[in-house]
Amino acid sequence: MNTLATGLSFAATPLVAGLFDAPVGVAHYLVVGAILFTSGVVCMALKRNALGVLMGIELVLNGANVNFVAFSSPYLRGEGAASLGLDGQLIALFVILLAAAEAAVALAITLNFYNNHATVDIDRADDLKG
Amino acid sequence: MDPASQLPTLLGLAWLAPLVSFVAILFFGPRMGHHGRNAAWVATAAIVTSLLLSLAAFGTWLAAHPVTAVAHGSHAAEVDGHATDTHAAEAAHVDHGDHGDHDGHASPSDHHDGHHAATVPAAYAGDWYTLYQGGSLRLSIGWYIDALTVLMFVVVTFIATCIHIYASGYMHDELHDVTDHEVHLADGSHLHRPGRFPRFFQALSLFCFSMLGIVIAGNLAMVFIFWELVGICSWFLIGFYFERKSASTAANKAFIVNRVGDFGMLIGLMALWGALGTLHFADSTAAGVDGHAAVQPGLFSLVRPAESGHALQVPDGMVKFANASEVGRITTEYAGRPADGAAEVAARVRDWRSQGYGRWLLFIAGVGIFCGCVGKSAQFPLFVWLPDAMEGPTPVSALVHSATMVAAGVYLVGRFYPVLTPDVLLVIAVIGGITLFIAATIALVANDIKRVLAYSTVSQLGYMMLALGVGGWSAGLFHLVTHAFFKSLLFLCSGSVIHACHTNDMRKMGGLARVMPWTAGTMLVGCLAIIGAGIPFVIGLSGYYSKDAILAQALSYSQANPSWTILYYAVAGGAFLTAFYMFRLWFMTFAGTPRDHHVADHAHESPNVMVAPLVALAVLAIVAGWTLPGGFGLANLLEQARPIGTEATTSDTFLFGTLTVPAEHLSHEGAIHVTATLTAFTTAAAGVLLAAAMYLWRIISPATVASVFRPLYSFLANRWYFDELYNAIFVRPVFAVASLASGTDRGVIDRFIEGVAWSARQLAGFDAWIDRTLVDGLVNATASATWHAGLELKKLQTGRLRQYVMFIVVGTVALFVLASMLFRAGLAG
Repeated sequence: MNTLATGLSFAATPLVAGLFDAPVGVAHYLVVGAILFTSGVVCMALKRNALGVLMGIELVLNGANVNFVAFSSPYLRGEGAASLGLDGQLIALFVILLAAAEAAVALAITLNFYNNHATVDIDRADDLKG
Repeated sequence: MDPASQLPTLLGLAWLAPLVSFVAILFFGPRMGHHGRNAAWVATAAIVTSLLLSLAAFGTWLAAHPVTAVAHGSHAAEVDGHATDTHAAEAAHVDHGDHGDHDGHASPSDHHDGHHAATVPAAYAGDWYTLYQGGSLRLSIGWYIDALTVLMFVVVTFIATCIHIYASGYMHDELHDVTDHEVHLADGSHLHRPGRFPRFFQALSLFCFSMLGIVIAGNLAMVFIFWELVGICSWFLIGFYFERKSASTAANKAFIVNRVGDFGMLIGLMALWGALGTLHFADSTAAGVDGHAAVQPGLFSLVRPAESGHALQVPDGMVKFANASEVGRITTEYAGRPADGAAEVAARVRDWRSQGYGRWLLFIAGVGIFCGCVGKSAQFPLFVWLPDAMEGPTPVSALVHSATMVAAGVYLVGRFYPVLTPDVLLVIAVIGGITLFIAATIALVANDIKRVLAYSTVSQLGYMMLALGVGGWSAGLFHLVTHAFFKSLLFLCSGSVIHACHTNDMRKMGGLARVMPWTAGTMLVGCLAIIGAGIPFVIGLSGYYSKDAILAQALSYSQANPSWTILYYAVAGGAFLTAFYMFRLWFMTFAGTPRDHHVADHAHESPNVMVAPLVALAVLAIVAGWTLPGGFGLANLLEQARPIGTEATTSDTFLFGTLTVPAEHLSHEGAIHVTATLTAFTTAAAGVLLAAAMYLWRIISPATVASVFRPLYSFLANRWYFDELYNAIFVRPVFAVASLASGTDRGVIDRFIEGVAWSARQLAGFDAWIDRTLVDGLVNATASATWHAGLELKKLQTGRLRQYVMFIVVGTVALFVLASMLFRAGLAG
């Protein structure tokens, strides 16, 4: 628990150093999730291809999913936890479902956009700007 | 045959028939045929129904009370009639008792003491409907039917029938659009308006209904209601051509002048009600305070109680009312024992009465009611409206002047007669005398044919009033009836002349007898009737009998009261003037050669629908005064209704010294009768001869006479300057007060209100400035700031998706940084 408390703080040096010699815990999952999330954001921000942006969105969502699952792992929960401990997994499943739906809609939009503009370059999608 | 139940039904229906016609024409008039042509038939049918019902009532009356010659000294016939009447009234009471009608007997029935001056006239009275009952006041729609009522019904409905028929011809101009040549519009053209045929007959029906209402009325309150209805009808009809300024002025004048008289009448009504608590003529049965039916004595039996042999006395109520302070003292003294107090007051009333308490009240009541009659019957000083009333269509003039409006006043004096004291009667006689003289002199010089007739009406009404005032009850009402016939005849004749000549000016007429023989002949009959032509002591036209009766009674009165001989001279002089101006009219109109050929060539005899009523009325103008060998005749019929207590000579001393009102039958005796008849014949003949000398044979030139008596002539031609006098005394002060009031209104009140309005406006202006600058400015500033902020923020909307993602990321990171710093700060704090 102490590790977790220090891990959440941004006084980074002891945390990063401790990651490598500590047994695998929530903090490691969080790092993976953060990397996924950051990659996704960077992908969304830099890609001009709409499909690339969609992929970035998937990465962001899955980075969040990793965090949810990590936080709901029974190993990581306190002893006195009253619940069944499935809420994190359920949210993750829900997010996956949502991502599927979102991907379907987004792909449809992209397809339509392509039909109208003969491109999937999102920089060209500025018809609604103020 | 039960007259007590039949007469009210018959006369009530006769009374209501014109109302039905009025309502029908009011709602459906314009839809009755082309331009409402059939409205005339509806109205005529209604009045003919009334006439037939009145005649049926007349027959019923005659069956129950046969008209026989009155033998003075022996009243066997009347006692007999009285007995029949008592029986009938009791029967009626049984008949109607179950549905709340109150049939009462006109006067106390337990009176058979054979007192000479106490014959009770046969009469039926009762109520159809009680309008209001509170305290001692009971206002009801009821009837008082005696021979006079029945006679007036027949006369009014008959004349009205003639006039309806005549009017359906006379008013035919109103059947299509009318161009009124007497109305000049602002652009100089003449008024063009749609015809008003149905409206004329509608008002005529209401007029007849109102007049019959006065005649049948069983109490003074009902009389007053219909009195006012007659007034408003006259206003409608006189102002029928209301676009003409003269007509609307005349209508207003008639109405307002009548209101002046009605004010006096209201005072009289209040005096009677305040002191006596009843306005019913006859005794009536009404639910008392305790719920039991009680006989409530009417005015007649209060003023002439049976105990005193129907001699006039101040009623108890008036004595107590006049001595209210003493009554109050006694009531206080006997506080707690009201019965004893009442007994004490009752015991003293006789004393108080002999001290003269209440006499003034009775005098005021009588004079007050007479004031109303002065207005309606156009007596001095309120006669000025009647000549102006000529502005109405001629049939209306005929109706107003003969059977309806002006007759109402004379009728009411006749109806109210038992309550009038000798002093009131003297007032009536003097007013009548003044009226007849003034009006006759004005008629001498008038040139408008209808105006001559109008002043002659005023003069003849003066005759009637004078006759009533000098004790000639029967003479006055006799003259009312005969005058109704020949005056309506004269008016319809004049209408026929005007119809033919299209002018009222007699100076443009002349020689019309050739082209209008029927009109000329019937008008001659009318003229002869009004001057009382006849062969002395043998036979004469209707006016002969009535005028002789008036003259004889005036002579009888002046012999009994030598200081009032002037009244007799007024009557005799009036007879001369009447003869002169009536024949002046006839000669100027019909005799000689045409003065204006344009008028004469245009003239033609009127259509049959107009001539027929003339002939019918002419026949009645001849025969109305005759008494048949069996005793049947108007004079004897009227005797049946002779008010109680007027058979004997009465004497009284009050305001004007001792006045003796001689019994009327004395005037039929020897010397008086002969003198009066000879005087009447001589004066009338002299008048006709003078008129013939001036206008037929041209021995004396009217122009010369006029120039010799220039001041007198212009005085008369200007109608004694009465209009100018009233203008100066009443109209101008009213205008002055009105202009003062309007000046105050404009100068003070309007200024003040304008000032208030100006301040409010200024305040509102300031308020508006605050609203525009501050409030609006604030709102606009907010709006414009929002607008500009929006414009600035719009630049962020670049439409670049990746940029938005960058913003999100940067924003999120910034939020996290911020939150962690705050978190830190929170932990540290």
